[in-house]
Amino acid sequence: MQSLAGYSPAFLKELYRKMVLIRRFEERAAELRSLGYIPGFLHPYIGQEAVAVGACAALGSHDYITSTHRGHGHILARGGDPRYMYAELFARRDGYNRAKGGSLHIANIELGIIGANGIVGGGIPIAVGAGLALKQARQLGSRHPDDPRARRADGVAVTFFGDGASNQGAFHESLNLAALWRLPVIFICENNLYGEFTPQHKHQTIRDIATRASSYAVPGLIADGNDVLDVYRVVSKAAEDARKGRGPTLVECKTYRQRGHYEGDMGQYRPAEEVAFWLEADPIKNYRRLLLSGKLCSEDELKALDQAVEQELEEAIAFAKASPHPAPEEALEDVFVESHGGRALL
Amino acid sequence: MRATSKAEQERRLTYAQAIREALAEEMERDPSLLLLGEDIGEPGGVFGVTQGLLQRFGAERVLDTPISEEAVIGTALGAALLGVPTVAEIMFSDFATLAMDQIVNQAAKFRYMTGGRTSAPLVIRMVTGTAGATAAQHSQSLEAWFTATPGLKVVTASTPADAKGLLKSAIRDPDPVLFFEHKLLYNSRGAVPAEEYLIPLGEGRVMREGHDVTLVAYLYMVPRALKVAEELAREGISVEVWDPRTLVPFDREGLRRSLEKTGRLVIVHEAPRRNGFGAELAAIAAEEFFSLLKAPIKRVCGMNTPMPYAPELEQFVIPDEARIAAGVREVMRSALGSTSGGC
Ligand SMILES: Cc1ncc(C[n+]2csc(CCOP(=O)(O)OP(=O)(O)O)c2C)c(N)n1
Ligand SMILES: [Mg+2]
Repeated sequence: MQSLAGYSPAFLKELYRKMVLIRRFEERAAELRSLGYIPGFLHPYIGQEAVAVGACAALGSHDYITSTHRGHGHILARGGDPRYMYAELFARRDGYNRAKGGSLHIANIELGIIGANGIVGGGIPIAVGAGLALKQARQLGSRHPDDPRARRADGVAVTFFGDGASNQGAFHESLNLAALWRLPVIFICENNLYGEFTPQHKHQTIRDIATRASSYAVPGLIADGNDVLDVYRVVSKAAEDARKGRGPTLVECKTYRQRGHYEGDMGQYRPAEEVAFWLEADPIKNYRRLLLSGKLCSEDELKALDQAVEQELEEAIAFAKASPHPAPEEALEDVFVESHGGRALL
Repeated sequence: MRATSKAEQERRLTYAQAIREALAEEMERDPSLLLLGEDIGEPGGVFGVTQGLLQRFGAERVLDTPISEEAVIGTALGAALLGVPTVAEIMFSDFATLAMDQIVNQAAKFRYMTGGRTSAPLVIRMVTGTAGATAAQHSQSLEAWFTATPGLKVVTASTPADAKGLLKSAIRDPDPVLFFEHKLLYNSRGAVPAEEYLIPLGEGRVMREGHDVTLVAYLYMVPRALKVAEELAREGISVEVWDPRTLVPFDREGLRRSLEKTGRLVIVHEAPRRNGFGAELAAIAAEEFFSLLKAPIKRVCGMNTPMPYAPELEQFVIPDEARIAAGVREVMRSALGSTSGGC
């Protein structure tokens, strides 16, 4: 665990609040799914909260992320609003994607979220493209200062993906390309030791995915993915390099998926001792203890934060429940931009 | 409009030059437009289409990529989603198979999946078709895979002027567009206006007027269809050659207008017959314009085989003039009620 020295109490508490928000968002989503409110898949982020929160704490408003099928944590950490997220999961009109995406596709470019993704590894090349656009913004800024795209000149793109995804060609092609062009992209691999039901040692011969960085001559850093401050520290370093034009970094965050692969998978293929070990290493529990031991806040203060999260989620769920279902004909909208043919082209 | 001399208006460019001119004009117009592709920079592309663009616009905008089709298309898409228009080249459309996730699962669906809240001004230039003994992995005509994927627009220009005007529209289009370029057309010449112009997507063109039969063709089958029309005119058959120019959007009205004149339909394409775009076209005609038809619809297509290497085998597989002419004659002989065999 990290020392708390040098961080403001407000910052430290916000990290805690965000992690609790993600944990409780996911737990409530699981309940709501069992009650029939959520028609589609859910891949809970429970256990990995420190990665999304620590990484996104290192980002600013001109930065972008691409996420995965296990994306709720990234989206909440990046500023996603639980109201529109639940509405999307419920397949209601007020959802981020107007009920056309669901859990696997939540996106909001204004918030810098280029999207969760249903394809393992699918978001990685897209983040490289965002990195290219950001690099261009620097060049554009000097020549065409009025172009609004020049505003994001110091932006970085972060792509989150799993240990399983690190075996995809898209990962290797993308890391090579980003390295070659020195793009401001941070590759964050959340090694949660499983790709679906397959443990890491049965899907690759290495333990440290960060070592793959050496093939592309970029830094490969390892963070304790259950320690929000360690993730923050490592990703901040990668972001600084990226912003200074030094190119991409591969960051491996060692963490654990506390639940099954998706809601409904009991995860019985995991050894009991392994599960017990990682439950002990729970990122929220340990961070809470650290905050209390550092006397940065009182038990009462943390309870108040917990309470506020409950309240926010309660309201978000009520909002989603009240949101209308889409009309069937809405299926015909949004294939193409309306002013360029839109629905008429179907 | 600037006054132009007749000679200038009638300047003749090759299809490759016309495409290059479209790229250059659009890069001039939008300083953020990027080109990506394998060997498109210094070498100017395998077919020379992008020659000189690196020198003119710099390596920051004309980007030579590693041989990584999936990453290249994903990168082009990611930049486009952030509002940076991109044109990516796939050196042979056969290699699009390595980028299928990014084309089909990502680019085609991003806008839809996000409820209309994103837009991807992305053009993928697909070098397509058979060009003489390039065999099974460098000759395919895969357009129907993509017309079957909602969310993609598909352009199939057959002349230099069309290629230029359509590519400029494709670049300005806010949705992903696949722009198919036939290898055998690159050196073909045609008049290209000197003034700037755009050709909207979704408007077919009558390439030759006729009143007996509508011969629909696109890409390299257009010049072939025109030769057949010439030949059949001597036999007294008046063939109207109609080029849809874009398959998505498809100009239903244009097809209808032609069928109102002719009442007969022959469709020709290089792609294999099974599930080729001709099947869709025939279905549109049968469902929507049946009352205009005086004879069964005829498709003259590539065989349902991979592309063979030997020139005589390749010639056999792709519709040649004789086979197209035979298709037209057959339709002229038959009337509704009689049957038509495969070809
Ligand atoms: C291309 C592709 N192959 C397979 C799947 C099915 N699938 C969904 S998630 C998953 C496991 C991914 O593992 P990892 O990348 O480690 O992410 P994690 O689930 O552990 O977060 C698989 C195989 C998919 N969605 N996409
Ligand atoms: Mg995993």
